[in-house]
Amino acid sequence: MIELFLILNIIAAIIALESKNLLSSIISLGGVGFGLAIIMLFLGAPDVAIVQILVEVVLLIILIRSTIDRDHTRIKCHKEFFSLVTGGAFLGVMLIFVILALQDLPQFGTAMAFGPDRIIPSLEYLSGSLSETGAPNVVTSVLLDYRGYDTLGEATVLFAAIIGALAILRKTKAEKKSKDEK
Amino acid sequence: MISLPVTYSLCLVLFFIGLYGIVTKKNAVKIIISIIIMENSVNLFLLLVGYRKDGIAPIMTEGMSVEKFVSGAVDPLTQAMVLTSIVIGLSVVALMVAIAIRIYERFNTFDVSEIKDLKG
Repeated sequence: MIELFLILNIIAAIIALESKNLLSSIISLGGVGFGLAIIMLFLGAPDVAIVQILVEVVLLIILIRSTIDRDHTRIKCHKEFFSLVTGGAFLGVMLIFVILALQDLPQFGTAMAFGPDRIIPSLEYLSGSLSETGAPNVVTSVLLDYRGYDTLGEATVLFAAIIGALAILRKTKAEKKSKDEK
Repeated sequence: MISLPVTYSLCLVLFFIGLYGIVTKKNAVKIIISIIIMENSVNLFLLLVGYRKDGIAPIMTEGMSVEKFVSGAVDPLTQAMVLTSIVIGLSVVALMVAIAIRIYERFNTFDVSEIKDLKG
């Protein structure tokens, strides 16, 4: 079932990249994101799936805002031979290394944390969550209790990025003046 | 002997589609879309690594013993980290889109190869 939705995701991703119209490629990207949310539900991660749906909606709004009132949303097609060749070579080298790395991974379905070389924190969180933090949902107890500083850092990054985006989009005085003169 | 697990490989294909887009596309919005696809595939990979066959979500329900829960639930740590990474990814995309909008206002195009003012 997971594989089926992954194939759907891959098709949506290819359409998103190869479509000539920017708006339709953004909507195909929405297909990738929402398909991913369904896969997350199959993987036993409802919290992540909810966040993924929420983020995908906001992301589509941001991306559509960036293209909807632009004139050139259709892309002129000119492929450069050189960039294709270098890109292909780069991907090939990367592929070799990734296949080598995949050999060391445990079988799919045997979670790494519970394998022979187990990572202790995951088991501690699972067994101690209810008695130590009082939260039956282990993911939220990890986010807000065991690793609360991590979430604080996340909020900081979020804040910094939004401030950065506002600073970039802000109109300077000179720009306002030139707009008034027009 | 080379063996490729199906699920990991499909996740890998998604990653490579994103990488291909970043390397070959000229349109700024297309590059942002490729980055989002790559990001999605990496998040999915982390969840796949933490998955356990027939695993239940790491949420305790009433009347469930702790031993049964520990032996049956999927990895909660990767899920928490992926949740963080998804939200940070959104803010990074917002920053990138802001830069793309600025580029469009300045040069009247999304095509990164036509932005020639930066060249020396």
